[in-house]
Amino acid sequence: MAGVRGQGHGLRVYAVLYLVFLYAPIVLLPIFAFNDSTIIAFPLSGFTTQWFVELADVPALHSAVLTSLKIAVITALISTLLGICAARAATRYRFPAKAGIMGVIMVPLVLPEIIVAVSLLVVFLQIGLELSSLTVILGHVLICTPFCIAILNGSFQSLDVSLEEAAVDLGESGWGAFRLVILPLVMPGIVASLLIAFTISMDEFIIAFFLSGSDPTLPVYLWGQLRFPQRLPVVMALGTILVVASILIIILAEWFRRRGVAKRGGSDSGGFL
Amino acid sequence: MSALIALSGAQKYFGAYHALRDIDLEIGEGEFFSLLGPSGCGKTTLLRAIAGFEALDGGSVHIDGHDMAGVPANRRPTNMVFQSYAIFPHLSVAENVAFGLRKRGLDAKTQAEKVGGALEMVGLGGYGARAAHALSGGQRQRVALARALVLEPKVLLLDEPLSALDRKMREQMQGELRRLQRHVGITFILVTHDQEEALIMSDRIAVMFDGGITQIDSPEGLYRRPASREVGAFIGQMNFLSGQVRSGSEGFVAQIHGLGHAPLAADQSAEPLVAGQATFGMRPESLSLVFDGQARAASEAAGRVADRAYYGDMTYYEVALDGVAEPVTLSMKNMVGQPVLSVGDAARVAWDPRALIVFSGAGDA
Ligand SMILES: Nc1ncnc2c1ncn2[C@@H]1O[C@H](COP(=O)(O)OP(=O)(O)OP(=O)(O)O)[C@@H](O)[C@H]1O
Ligand SMILES: [Mg+2]
Repeated sequence: MAGVRGQGHGLRVYAVLYLVFLYAPIVLLPIFAFNDSTIIAFPLSGFTTQWFVELADVPALHSAVLTSLKIAVITALISTLLGICAARAATRYRFPAKAGIMGVIMVPLVLPEIIVAVSLLVVFLQIGLELSSLTVILGHVLICTPFCIAILNGSFQSLDVSLEEAAVDLGESGWGAFRLVILPLVMPGIVASLLIAFTISMDEFIIAFFLSGSDPTLPVYLWGQLRFPQRLPVVMALGTILVVASILIIILAEWFRRRGVAKRGGSDSGGFL
Repeated sequence: MSALIALSGAQKYFGAYHALRDIDLEIGEGEFFSLLGPSGCGKTTLLRAIAGFEALDGGSVHIDGHDMAGVPANRRPTNMVFQSYAIFPHLSVAENVAFGLRKRGLDAKTQAEKVGGALEMVGLGGYGARAAHALSGGQRQRVALARALVLEPKVLLLDEPLSALDRKMREQMQGELRRLQRHVGITFILVTHDQEEALIMSDRIAVMFDGGITQIDSPEGLYRRPASREVGAFIGQMNFLSGQVRSGSEGFVAQIHGLGHAPLAADQSAEPLVAGQATFGMRPESLSLVFDGQARAASEAAGRVADRAYYGDMTYYEVALDGVAEPVTLSMKNMVGQPVLSVGDAARVAWDPRALIVFSGAGDA
């Protein structure tokens, strides 16, 4: 027993260290965003909201935000649509080598992003596709779709197949049954998938760095700003806003997913949080 | 009888598995028909073939004289109550019931009246606004019934609709379902693996084993004249005794180990009687104990009580007949003034020769 307890204790220490390691840098972000000094170092010199005010009059930043939003929205839509098709196929139909095919679709989840980014760059250059927002979208769809499938699979799998048959039995066409019964029931999953894909695309740096042309996305723009030390506090301010927005969106996504589960009176399984 | 539903030579394969073997079936208008058989025998598959959810690999389904080949489920005059009830959880009770009516082009008032009427019929009047996912099992089942019946189908298909309910609720719903069927006059086809349920509710029953129909008959017919040992054992209890059929000067005679001999009539066997080894079937209630002081019965045998189960109104005895290894089961009504025998007591067993059923072949019983 002592051995088991000791082991549990070790794990707890590990978990705490892990969390500190993971979140300490992020906690530093807001601290320096409100610090009244261009030098990022302790001790802190005073409270200011100046850096947030400065954010408002940088046109290049605004255009980067717009580019990122555009890419994130389109990525979210496309990868969720692909996710719906894949999740439905996986839960509803039997086809040869199903497990293998689903595995291949999920691989980008574990591939190093830099590998994906470089490979895509090579491919796009080979086929003569000019780097632009489009190429970033293609890259982002590739890495977002596995997340969308993972979320949507859960939603589709928890549906009783006879619900769809019952709708058909009551006179609906196949499409009608999907639209009137399946879609409303998986809608929370779809919303969650849209939000997750949006967030991933919004924050993604490596692929955007390699594949964006003359219009940088927000993270790429931020990276560029790091060359100017006096701009660092502004970047910190922007980073703070992004972190807060990301957290809000993830919470929203999980809330939608849970509400969906509760609404159908089901028990909770899966999900990321 | 012109059949409302006629299946002929219906075949279904799942890969190499032969799920439906040459099914011939005719079901009349207004009939309460049950498909009874053990788990995995193909009852659901047969029901789904009638509903249009499984395409046959051979043979045909006719409903009301129309060949259903190529007619999808949403254009067949059938409606189904699913085993899981398949109530749409995101809709209210009334919206569930109205689901199939939306395509009928009714005005809002007529539709609301029909929905209300259907809910009233299944005893859920006033439940329309409830959220469907908040209903109990019995209530869901009623909503599923109302949702199907409101469309006034020619045939209502029910796949083990009562199996998810607790015993008390199930017994209540058996009666209600039967009354409902008489009231609406729609043909009901019920799938069940519960022989008691089938006997209680049905006009006729088809007994299925391994994808094929073994016997179709009324509940009394099935119980009194099972066509095979399998059917006899599946429906109610049956003792199987070995012996011979002999042909004598006055027709055939049964010679049964442990019981003795008795004349046989032609209707006591599903197949024409022939002399030779045979297995004889006998229900527990066709055997009875003769108590001390009672006159000797016309057909009587001796044995010893091997086991006993006392049910209050009835006692079931296992009696080892002299010279027979396998004990027979017999049931006695517990009348006042009659003793209840104990294990080990000597027993005199009277039996009714007219209740014998002859199955050809010696068997292992
Ligand atoms: N879609 C399918 N694919 C492969 N085999 C199937 C399929 N549907 C049913 N079967 C098989 O066909 C046989 C009959 O199934 P069916 O569901 O009709 O049985 P059942 O009599 O309704 O049994 P239960 O009482 O358990 O519901 C079973 O052995 C089952 O495994
Ligand atoms: Mg079944």
